[in-house]
Amino acid sequence: MIRVVLPSHLRRLARVDGEVALCCDGQPTQRLVLDELEARYPMLRGTIRDQVTGKRRAFMRFFGCEQDLSHASPDDPLPEAVAAGTEPYLIVAAMAGG
Amino acid sequence: MTGVRVLVGTSKGAFVLTSDGGRERWDVSGPHFGGWEVYHLKGSPADPDRLYASQSSGWSGQVIQRSDDGGETWQAVDNKFAYDGVPGTHQWYDGTPHPWEFARVWHLEPSLTDPDTVYAGVEDAALFRSTDGGNQWQELPALREHESGPSWQPGAGGMCLHTILLDPSDPRRIFAAISAAGAFRSDDAGATWRPVNQGLRSEGIPDPGAEVGHCVHRIAMHPSRPNVLFMQKHWDVMRSDDAGESWHEISGDLPTDFGFPIDVHAHEPDTVYVIPIKSDAEHYPPEGKLRVYRSRTGGNEWEALTKGLPQSDCYVNVLRDALAVDSLDSSGVYFGTTSGQVYASADSGDSWAPIVESLPRVLSVEVQTLQ
Repeated sequence: MIRVVLPSHLRRLARVDGEVALCCDGQPTQRLVLDELEARYPMLRGTIRDQVTGKRRAFMRFFGCEQDLSHASPDDPLPEAVAAGTEPYLIVAAMAGG
Repeated sequence: MTGVRVLVGTSKGAFVLTSDGGRERWDVSGPHFGGWEVYHLKGSPADPDRLYASQSSGWSGQVIQRSDDGGETWQAVDNKFAYDGVPGTHQWYDGTPHPWEFARVWHLEPSLTDPDTVYAGVEDAALFRSTDGGNQWQELPALREHESGPSWQPGAGGMCLHTILLDPSDPRRIFAAISAAGAFRSDDAGATWRPVNQGLRSEGIPDPGAEVGHCVHRIAMHPSRPNVLFMQKHWDVMRSDDAGESWHEISGDLPTDFGFPIDVHAHEPDTVYVIPIKSDAEHYPPEGKLRVYRSRTGGNEWEALTKGLPQSDCYVNVLRDALAVDSLDSSGVYFGTTSGQVYASADSGDSWAPIVESLPRVLSVEVQTLQ
């Protein structure tokens, strides 16, 4: 079970309160988590990653276990504690954008 | 019950203002999509309960929302605006080639006859269409692929397609306007396009009378006379009597002919409204007086409408999509300012009162007349 924390503007868009719990088949990666998140909440497509290129939007950041995962490969395994659900996967609106 | 629904897009959400035919007491709902920029929202002429809204943010990009109950509830629909094929380049501000990149939807124009069909004008300039209520968008690529496309340059606000006019007498005719490329017309439902800018003169481009490159701010049409177009350009207020084939200036006795919005009275095709601002650098009314100007002669002769509007120390702007008219018997006129006021007139502009005074920066105002 992966625990995903969305920024407040995306929680409102997806109409969720609190964390989102997701299951990923196999070794969880950022790409798999985001694929699952967007499959469950289609309104989030394009708001975290560009729909055409799949790249992270410039002012969105990904954190886990007090590490900035934003620049890691989307296919790298998630930190063990995030994959185990003891730590959340944080999707953060960067301190920019107004 | 007869009434109006005013749809207001702001920099931090959308607001829906409703009133009965008297237009004196207003209910305000919102913010919808609080915290997001709402560049535009507009209702379907074929089904007033069907609304479309363009919601965007610097963090999370573009979202399109649809309401099927007049703005009571909303659902996010498709937000994938993918250019058709390899989009190529246009000119950047420094004159170098720059790849076409989608930024946001500036304007949504629902079909006159089908609630599920809606056009979207986007930045970087292109025209998209959905025929299934926003669940899927396809580009009409011929406009972006016009041979002049590589020479288009963005205006200060970006290279946006901001005006889409659908001809009620000919479903195959569409007008579009782009800053800073100019006006274009299709006579085959968007399959082909040609520039319609003859007569425009812009001192800020190398050839002032060029076929493309003009910073058109807004075009308006009266549905009973779709061959007559009124244009607010970067500078100059213009008129065409032949569906854009040629334009002539009608700025006449305006105090300044710079501005953004322009619209036509619902029942009087020769009554036109503009809101002049001082200059390209000074985006506020001359002399600090907020004045709507009305021509009842199709241009050239203009009267200042001031009753109820601030006549001192007013330094707001009114953006290109932030002026609208209703079609009640005594036609209403509405506009919103960059300082968050929305003003209404229930008597064609003779007198004004604020509906709301402290919204976020108003980006667009549209009106639905409810019968």
